[in-house]
Order: sequence, then C-alpha cells, then structure tokens
Amino acid sequence: MSFRAPRILPVLTVATLTAGFALVFFWTPNEADQGFIQKIFYLHVPLASCALIGFIVAAVQAILHLRTGLPKWDVRAYVSIHISVIFGVAALLTGAIWAKASWGKWWVWDEPTLVSFLIVFLLYCTYYPLRYAIEDRERQARYASVFAIMAGAFVPLNFIAVRLAETLVHPRVFATSEGGLPAKMMFTFLVCFAGMALLWETLVRFELAAKSSRARIGRLRRALEGDDVATASSRIAPLPREASG
Amino acid sequence: MPALPLDEAGKYVAGAYVVFVALLLIYVAIMSARLARIDRELGELAELAERKSDG
Repeated sequence: MSFRAPRILPVLTVATLTAGFALVFFWTPNEADQGFIQKIFYLHVPLASCALIGFIVAAVQAILHLRTGLPKWDVRAYVSIHISVIFGVAALLTGAIWAKASWGKWWVWDEPTLVSFLIVFLLYCTYYPLRYAIEDRERQARYASVFAIMAGAFVPLNFIAVRLAETLVHPRVFATSEGGLPAKMMFTFLVCFAGMALLWETLVRFELAAKSSRARIGRLRRALEGDDVATASSRIAPLPREASG
Repeated sequence: MPALPLDEAGKYVAGAYVVFVALLLIYVAIMSARLARIDRELGELAELAERKSDG
C-alpha cells in the first residue's frame, strides 16, 4: 500500500479556512487595545501552533520508526518536519509584520517568546544538512529519527520555559489571570486553528503522495532498465512496497 | 502603543495575509513542477515499456 493524495481533505481545508477568515473580518469585533491589527493574531498564532505541534508529531513518528524499523515512519517524520518548517517561516514573517505595526520594530531580541521560537525554528533547519550529510540510507533514517525525538522533546520544554519567563512584551491571551479571549474571538480563533491544522495535514498528505509516486517510478524504472541503473527517485530513504502502507 | 488607525493597520493586516497566500502559492507552484516531472518520467517509462514489448 502506498500514500495516496487526499480527496475530501483539501475541500474541507479550503472551506474551514475561508469560513475562519470570513469570521475574522466580518463577525469578530476589533480588540480594544490593538484595534484592527489584532486580526493578524488569527493567522499568526494558528501557524505557530501548528508548526510546534507538527514538530512534536514528527518526534512521535520518529519514535515509531525506531521502535518498528518501518521506513514509512521515517518518511512521515521527515515530511512533518518539512511542512512545519514552512509553517514556521510563515509564523515568523506574519509575527514580524505584527511586531512592526504594534511595537514599531520588526524584531525584538529581548523577548523570550520570539527568540525561543526562532531557536526552535533554526534547530529544525539543521535537520536537513544533518540528514543529507549521511549517505547510508539506513543510518540516515536512524540518525534523523534520533534528531527528531531530541528536538521534539525540546519544543514543550521551550514552551514551559517561555511561560515561566517574567519579562514578557509578547501578548499572553490563553490561560492568563486577566481571563483570556472573549467568546466570539475564541470561536473565530478555534475555526482558524482547525483550518490551519487541516492545511498542515493536507500538505503533509500531498508531500507523502508525491514521495510515494517518485519511489514507485524509481522501482518501475529499475524493473524496466535493470538493477544496475541508478535512479535518484528520492533523496530520502525509499519506501519499500511492503512497508509503505 | 496606542492602536493604529484603520487605514494604517489595514496595510499591515493585508501584508500578513498576503504573505500567507504567497507562501501557499509558491508551495502549489513547486508541487505542480514536481507533478510535471513525475508525469514526464511516467511518459519515459511508458515509452521504455513499449520498446521492450516490441523488441
């Protein structure tokens, strides 16, 4: 069995994100302090949250890879990290735009939330050179899994450390003593978050389907041309037919 | 800082959402290029299979 491109998921993703953004601009009131600029919150926070959750998902998949030895978990962990890094780029860019509008600066170095997210992001950027520095496919997959687990454990630790930090300029909207978001804003946020999570899953499944197709083409080419013909169907460990389901 | 007026805040909000859409479009463009490559390779393989069955 191989990874297949999703059919209903993209439609559900577009519908949820469209509904979420419509709620943001036509239903949710402007926030009293920040005004209209707070609308970025409904984009930036789901992006950052999905990126961080995606890193943890990758760590779980890496654990499954080391436990079972099935290459499909390594491929899934790789794709989860790949999509989460893209989400991380989007979170950093939208956060910088919000910071410029709110604080007058694109970036603030003494703010723990920003710097810790950047550290996590840069940590995962090193996943690629680490992975491709190893030529042996099996070792590559094993070392990449170890990295994904270690880095994945760092994500919640980092989150707790930031929460414990005292000097915060970055807004705290969840689980604060001031009460958190009003009902309308919370509902809109949850719809946007659901849409972003669906987008993450959709992109992951498309990536997996693309990688699976490339691996199958590679196998087909080898079968037609003979085993001596080298094919570069994928830079990551190929998906054996019996293990790719 | 006091809240920005709507005309100024609007530019930043639009900028953030445009960045998101632009990244999505870049991703879709990359995926379509990969799909085209897969399609081309499948064509090559089909040709190869035909040649093998003929000769």
